[in-house]
Amino acid sequence: MSTPGPVRLEGREKVTGTARYAAEHMPPGMAYAWPVPAAVPRGRVVAIDAGAALAEPGAVAVLTHENAPRLKETDDGALLVLQNDRVPHRGWYVALAVAETPEAARAMAAAVRVSYAPEEHDVVLTPGHPRLFAPDVVNPGIPGSRERGDFDSAYASAPVRVDATYTMRALHNHPMEPHATTARWEDGRLVAYDSCQGANAVQEALAGLFGMDKERITVVAEHVGGGFGCKGTPRPQVVLAAMAARHTSRPVRLVLPRAQLAAIVGHRAPLVQRVRLGAGEDGEITALAHEVTTQTSTVREFVEQAAAPSRAMYVSPNSRTTHRVVALDVPSPSWMRAPGEAPGMFALECAMDELAYAAGVDPVELRVRNDSAAEPDSGKPYSSRHLVECLREGARRFGWDTRDPRPRSRAEGRLLVGTGAASSCYPVFHMPSSAEVHVTEAGRYRVRINATDIGTGARTVVAVIAAEALGVALDRVAIEIGSSDLPAAWLAGGSGGTGSWGWAVHKACRALIEMVEGRGGTVPPGGLTATADTTGDIPSDPPHAMASFGAQFAEVTVDTDTGEVRVRRLLGVFAAGRILNARTARSQFIGGMTMGVGMALLEGSTMDPRFGDFAERDLASYHVPTHADIHGIEAHWIDETDPVLNPMGSKGIGEIGIVGTAAAVANAVHHATGVRVRDLPITPEKLLGGGTGAG
Amino acid sequence: MEPPETTSTVTLRVNGVQHSLDLDHRTTVLDALREHLGLTGAKKGCDHAQCGACTVLVDGRRTNSCLLLAVAHDGAEVTTVEGLAEGDALHPLQAAFLERDGFQCGYCTPGQLCSALGMIAEAGAGAPSLVTPPAEAALSPAPVPLSPEEIRERMSGNLCRCGAYGNIVAAIEDVTR
Repeated sequence: MSTPGPVRLEGREKVTGTARYAAEHMPPGMAYAWPVPAAVPRGRVVAIDAGAALAEPGAVAVLTHENAPRLKETDDGALLVLQNDRVPHRGWYVALAVAETPEAARAMAAAVRVSYAPEEHDVVLTPGHPRLFAPDVVNPGIPGSRERGDFDSAYASAPVRVDATYTMRALHNHPMEPHATTARWEDGRLVAYDSCQGANAVQEALAGLFGMDKERITVVAEHVGGGFGCKGTPRPQVVLAAMAARHTSRPVRLVLPRAQLAAIVGHRAPLVQRVRLGAGEDGEITALAHEVTTQTSTVREFVEQAAAPSRAMYVSPNSRTTHRVVALDVPSPSWMRAPGEAPGMFALECAMDELAYAAGVDPVELRVRNDSAAEPDSGKPYSSRHLVECLREGARRFGWDTRDPRPRSRAEGRLLVGTGAASSCYPVFHMPSSAEVHVTEAGRYRVRINATDIGTGARTVVAVIAAEALGVALDRVAIEIGSSDLPAAWLAGGSGGTGSWGWAVHKACRALIEMVEGRGGTVPPGGLTATADTTGDIPSDPPHAMASFGAQFAEVTVDTDTGEVRVRRLLGVFAAGRILNARTARSQFIGGMTMGVGMALLEGSTMDPRFGDFAERDLASYHVPTHADIHGIEAHWIDETDPVLNPMGSKGIGEIGIVGTAAAVANAVHHATGVRVRDLPITPEKLLGGGTGAG
Repeated sequence: MEPPETTSTVTLRVNGVQHSLDLDHRTTVLDALREHLGLTGAKKGCDHAQCGACTVLVDGRRTNSCLLLAVAHDGAEVTTVEGLAEGDALHPLQAAFLERDGFQCGYCTPGQLCSALGMIAEAGAGAPSLVTPPAEAALSPAPVPLSPEEIRERMSGNLCRCGAYGNIVAAIEDVTR
């Protein structure tokens, strides 16, 4: 049985191979580019000898900081490529080879000789790093530190206490489609097919960098092979491709090689998280501290807001949530699916499990007891919050009530079996967007909006929203998305796409209905067009807190001989507003949970202190889940009616699936083995000799 | 001394159509398809045979085309995702992927489809996998039944970062059951 809801509108193109991605446009006369990454972790470029590269058959040009087009200043230093001789981290681009063929471009890049004046580098995050500082603001613009009540006194006097530190290495987004751009200049106009999560943000960045009106720039992102945050804002490939196209007066295509992505497109920074929970004998939290230590680069400041979920999840009359960060000579961190919530909830939800054991309260019941009708940090009531219902429904479906809470209480041959639970959450974001809806005399509709479908099903859900608002069948509605030439809209990020786009589309549809009604229900031969912009509709300081919630339950086996952890079952129940397309929504939830299994068991990248480089740069060394790792994943949801949110009553669903998964798995590993692994990913060596009986 | 030849004429029969191409000796089958024939269905995800997005059938077997030098495959018969449908009629695997939502971004999908096609043939020819019970493997060349576990094991060379694995396995089962 398949999940109901319309199939993806572009599905046929995707299964027949005719959907065109950014690197699949081939303007006549196109040249191919290949970047040259810096081979030192910090220093200056002293000289670049492009002679051998330019002697390669098919060579067109080598761009360096000495000959590349000049760019204007921007807030995002990672985009200011080939502008000076500085090397802020290993892998930073120092040159770009351009050739007639991809083979020649690659050979040219290998032949570019770069001399450096290396400088001492500092790439290792330590909890006591002397240059750590407390940032005023962390992603996405929220306060770095918050204090409520008197944490120290409340914690000191709490009868039950947990003090635990959780660590994780860097994580990489690794969408299946590498970052790619095909760029061309025509009569002073720039057209870029770019693999990105939002063409408007790219268009605006290019306008700023090249000092031109954005009306002279078109950015197209019709099909995008995944993003997960690392295509959220423009990345260097689009700037380099545009520069190379201008420099060579030819269309240029640049696809970033997979092994260069880790240094160039952003990552989730390594994190050290100390969580302290003080509670009464009944487990009710009286004191909560979540203190985060992380890193950023010297190029741009990005601070993963891992303590943010501790401001929202549970009653905590005395609370301290802080971030400290150090700027190291490392690649710039950036958004990765559920920034803040994904790592922060790993720490908080493991600590909740530890508190459950310390207080002798069932882990699900403990979370129910600490539920909060208002957002603890702001005091604002939630527009809707059904965490408890998710926990109860998940427990029922999973069969939680038969669980023997004692660690190491279940074995099947050499396998230890355990179960664990965790909560999920993700805030609701709405951003201003605009849309246009046209109706023909024959009653056919066309919706135009620069939404982006990075695999979420955006095209389909926009059509569902429009058809519903218009009161017509889905097949009467055609959708145009994925171009900056369309009405401007928010990017596919922050789980805010559907809410933001849908709001604008809904408004335009209502306006169109009024226009038609104003004409007595008739449409003139040329049709009618309505536009809408939600800039004035989205409250800047809404009276409610808004978020999705959920609960995840994992069953794992741990092999006592090898230490290998396998997830046998993973069940999520989510309360995320009204689900607009069950088929694609389910895929979003299980997709996030699948990435969460990777975070729990497989993913982690190591900074080499001597070379200043991520050791795991490709998909053979950086392990993402494969088919064999994933079975028994189920996602369910609770129908939630919330009239406050937006005209559709929807919340975002793209990120919540990854939130809580790693904690549910880690808690299940503890239940199976009695070993509390507080360092992700949970690889076999962390369990061997640690009480599993293996050695 | 004359410089060595760096290009050759290579003949590839792709989806039943013969193509004669002058190719750089460094050109892979994947780049020949994408850059020279405009068949961009097969994807370049990693260029190192680590992700499976470039999977096509070469002489009937599933292969990572990013690691094949075209010059070494003169005369090969290649099937790509563009060759699976019969006109407007989708191949049953394509229809099942669509119905089961066996993809999200779609970038791994052509590789998953070609890999599934090759995998079904391998199991049908009795090739065992790591998870085939020894008693069953001993019956080779009798076809190996494709349990979900067999499908997951045999499809593990095709990564999907969107996490559509569960739906992909369900789609393949719809066709093999």
